[in-house]
Amino acid sequence: MVGIVDYGTGNLKSVQNALGRIGAENIVSSDFDTLTKCSHIILPGVGSAGWAMENLVASGLANLIKEFAQPVMGICLGMQIMCSYSEEDNTECLGIFPNSVKKMGNSYDGSNKGYIKIPHVGWNNLTSMESSLFNGLGEAPYVYFVHSYCAEVNERTIAKCYYGSDFSAAIGYRNFVGCQFHPEKSGYVGERILKNFLKM
Amino acid sequence: MLAKRIIPCLDIKEGKTVKGVNFENLKSVGDPVEMALNYCRDGADELVFLDISATVEGRKTFTSLVEKIAANINIPFTVGGGISTVEDAERLLKAGADKISINSAAVKEPTIIDRLKEKFGSQFIVAAIDAKEIEGKWMVTTHAGSVITEKELFDWAIEVERRGAGEILFTSMDHDGTKMGYATEVYRRLSQIVGIPIIASGGAGNGEHIKEVLGPEGCADAALAASIFHFGEVNIPKLKVELQNAGIPIRII
Repeated sequence: MVGIVDYGTGNLKSVQNALGRIGAENIVSSDFDTLTKCSHIILPGVGSAGWAMENLVASGLANLIKEFAQPVMGICLGMQIMCSYSEEDNTECLGIFPNSVKKMGNSYDGSNKGYIKIPHVGWNNLTSMESSLFNGLGEAPYVYFVHSYCAEVNERTIAKCYYGSDFSAAIGYRNFVGCQFHPEKSGYVGERILKNFLKM
Repeated sequence: MLAKRIIPCLDIKEGKTVKGVNFENLKSVGDPVEMALNYCRDGADELVFLDISATVEGRKTFTSLVEKIAANINIPFTVGGGISTVEDAERLLKAGADKISINSAAVKEPTIIDRLKEKFGSQFIVAAIDAKEIEGKWMVTTHAGSVITEKELFDWAIEVERRGAGEILFTSMDHDGTKMGYATEVYRRLSQIVGIPIIASGGAGNGEHIKEVLGPEGCADAALAASIFHFGEVNIPKLKVELQNAGIPIRII
């Protein structure tokens, strides 16, 4: 049973739908006792970092997420709030990963003879993949991104992506992983990543 | 490297996919969910569903269709058509849409973009803009091109970005349905003046047109088309190989 953490953000349904397509039973809950009984936890996230942390603190889940002993996957903003700090709304986050989250800049991308556009929307490659999460995907698989903030690359980075510069496409530490991209929207590659997560 | 996107667009009327020339002479072409699944298998990068139902009943059918689409497909999709309030957008997002496109309602009341941004974030908002060239100026139109507004395309594009749109979907009403190619030079100009992704729509007749608009001539980030995909005139897997061979970054599955 996969527990999807409900902390007041919308669009939990796309994660539920994706789990449904790969035949994984799931439950949406904001109750720690219910979630802690699940084999795997997904922390989705849609909205802004400040607002998401406020909701997590208000629901009492902020301190409890770190306590989960089963595999936990943060998706997009869910990954960002597992980092130490986000420039978005100047927010102190959960601190599970030591990375900090920065606003992406409309910087010059020499390879494309133009300026990179923000938000980073669309399909981009994963590189430097170092986790069983990416088993069976082949080289530089495309996954779907939609974001304006990103986590820097550091020793916890388990996959990188290049958009103007390298950033953390995925981060891993102990039983926690975070994906900046949306596995639930990344076609067959995304489905494989979710299946790999469920084998962790 | 970020790939350019190929986006089939499905016009939906009373729950069925339709497509006509310049939105007239509508003709039913198939079951939307089945078509969407085929496009996923073919390697479409995203899908757009536009509700062109005129009735309340049709709108309800569309919402339940969005739920069905969301349960079945594994790539992102945008819905639009008739969204005039934040509540409309919320209903469709709750049904499972990844993004909503807003057109006439924003022309009429631009602050709806600010309100949508505040509530759902920029990444959920595609500003759809229809325009046609009148005496050398690109003017924004509504009602399928029949009403010409006072707004100039390039000013309006800058304004929708400032108000919080995450992408711009521009359709040239002069090119739509002609199959003579996109308004390529207009996309290049749009790409220079705004910093958000641009989706090209209207006029695709073959793969060359798509190559043009996504390449250095048009600089668009994504190409949208309907009938050439629906009627099999352009095969998406073949198109993608051609684009890749032309040096355009593209996702091949």
